[in-house]
Amino acid sequence: MARIALRELCGYRAGDKGDIANVALFADDDETYALIVREVTAARVKEHFGAMVRGRVDRYEAANVRALNFVMQGALGGGGPRSLRADSLGKTLGGALVRLEIAVPDDAMAGRRRARPDVSWADEILAT
Amino acid sequence: MRSVVIAGGQGFYGDTPTAVDALLAEGIDYLCLEALAELTLAILQKDRQRDESRGYTRDLPAYLARALPYVADGRTKVITNAGGINPTAAAHAAIETARKMGVSGITIATVVGDDVLGRLSTLHTDQGQSLMHLDTGEPFDAFPGEPLFASAYLGARPIVDALAQGADIVITGRVADASLFLAPLVHEHGWAWDDWDRLSAGILVGHLLECSGQSIGGNYSGDWWALPHPWDLPYPIATVTADGTAVISKPKGSGGRVSTDTLRHQLLYEVHDPARYLSPDVVADFTSAHFEDLPEDRVRITDVRGTPATDTYKMLLSAHAGWAGEARVAFSWPDAYEKAKATAAILRKRVEIAGLEVDEWLVEYWGVDALGGPTVPPTTHEPPECILRVSWRCADQRTAGLVGRELVPLTLSAPPAGMGGAGRGAGSATELLSIWPTLVDKSVVDPEVRVVLEEVK
Repeated sequence: MARIALRELCGYRAGDKGDIANVALFADDDETYALIVREVTAARVKEHFGAMVRGRVDRYEAANVRALNFVMQGALGGGGPRSLRADSLGKTLGGALVRLEIAVPDDAMAGRRRARPDVSWADEILAT
Repeated sequence: MRSVVIAGGQGFYGDTPTAVDALLAEGIDYLCLEALAELTLAILQKDRQRDESRGYTRDLPAYLARALPYVADGRTKVITNAGGINPTAAAHAAIETARKMGVSGITIATVVGDDVLGRLSTLHTDQGQSLMHLDTGEPFDAFPGEPLFASAYLGARPIVDALAQGADIVITGRVADASLFLAPLVHEHGWAWDDWDRLSAGILVGHLLECSGQSIGGNYSGDWWALPHPWDLPYPIATVTADGTAVISKPKGSGGRVSTDTLRHQLLYEVHDPARYLSPDVVADFTSAHFEDLPEDRVRITDVRGTPATDTYKMLLSAHAGWAGEARVAFSWPDAYEKAKATAAILRKRVEIAGLEVDEWLVEYWGVDALGGPTVPPTTHEPPECILRVSWRCADQRTAGLVGRELVPLTLSAPPAGMGGAGRGAGSATELLSIWPTLVDKSVVDPEVRVVLEEVK
């Protein structure tokens, strides 16, 4: 078994409603989806966020798009217009979630690692 | 089969109207402009407090200026919740914009009745509305202070009424985001109000379109770097047939990408239980939808299921929650993090000595763990630089401002080489608002919902 950060395997997006943040996690194929369904439980996510999330974490499955949705109560320092946080809307919580490491069978990662960014086009623009 | 083409031309107050041109040129039946978020209502409340003729999103005229030639030709109709907490004032601004452009003979409809602030206590004491906090369960008696606004999230019905009466532009207050997009589909296809599967399909499409570029490449966590010309991200289009089948697309030749992957990012955005997405019009099951990638940046969506709507509307109340200040100071290597931490502590001590009362402190170390908090693994790596951000909450505006001033002398009297950065602490304090989501029976809101029509002459 290898320990792999979710960023190698999954897409993500976070949103806000009041003091509740949701983070969706997206798998690219059925095997990866089965893996995250098994490994990324609500309890693990709650533990991962520690003091950042004061309340309950619930998990919902959307198998039609191979996604898990984590709904985290008390996650935004009181909610957008009330929060002192720079990221008062929790936009970056998706990135924080995919830092989580899960145990993956050694042979399961072949061809599944997500590509890393190539921003050479940005270099070209910025060099002018 | 006849299809209706709708497009999402705005995702928030502050979005760019320039991407609307390509939508209009593409040929769309309806341009829907979604201008409101929870935070937006709070901003508009502050606006209305300063000037009673405000309280709507003031970029509405910029959007309408682009759309009006198409509206005048009868090619496109516009639906927007830009009215915020003052739809009547927004309608005046729209009429003014049309007149300035020499456009006449069009009908502008205003939907009012979502704002129940004036009768909130009656609703609670005489009409059996508990108004308890939707997320925490706190009773309304615990509401923190005087409500500043109270907006019920209306559904598509009043917009459909307005369209049936011949409106070319419909301006609403707090109509639920996705319902803005459902309305033209119900109007054009004649869907029944208990045709739950089709209503659900319309809400799902609306949800995909309501955040403009975010469904077709914006905020996309896939290979975001590989999207074509990302400096000109387009907005999404949906072509919807009477059976509820939708094809999502984007203007020809534009940037971004339409794929199941880009769309599913938006599908779950700001969603709790995806099998029970509560809209005012239907409870939509987003997990039932089938997505099929088609050539040329198109995705077909079928099989969406829904169940009956609930008897309640979501409603958002707000109260004053004190004043915030903020300051940032940048530190360089070596020992950037330690210098930042010491400076935060020195500020707190100085504020204490000055006798200024602070109700809440928040210290963030940008470049270390400001955004990730406890999810950032401990490291022995020394950051090459660190920005200290301190934020505080005080009971009054003056104190919040004075706290920030305590940071100024540290330029010459603190740990070495701090570089003052921009932040609201240096300037004026910001008013904080707490928000109180709740439910309200439709039966006590609907009798007050009205559509007001005005022809631009």
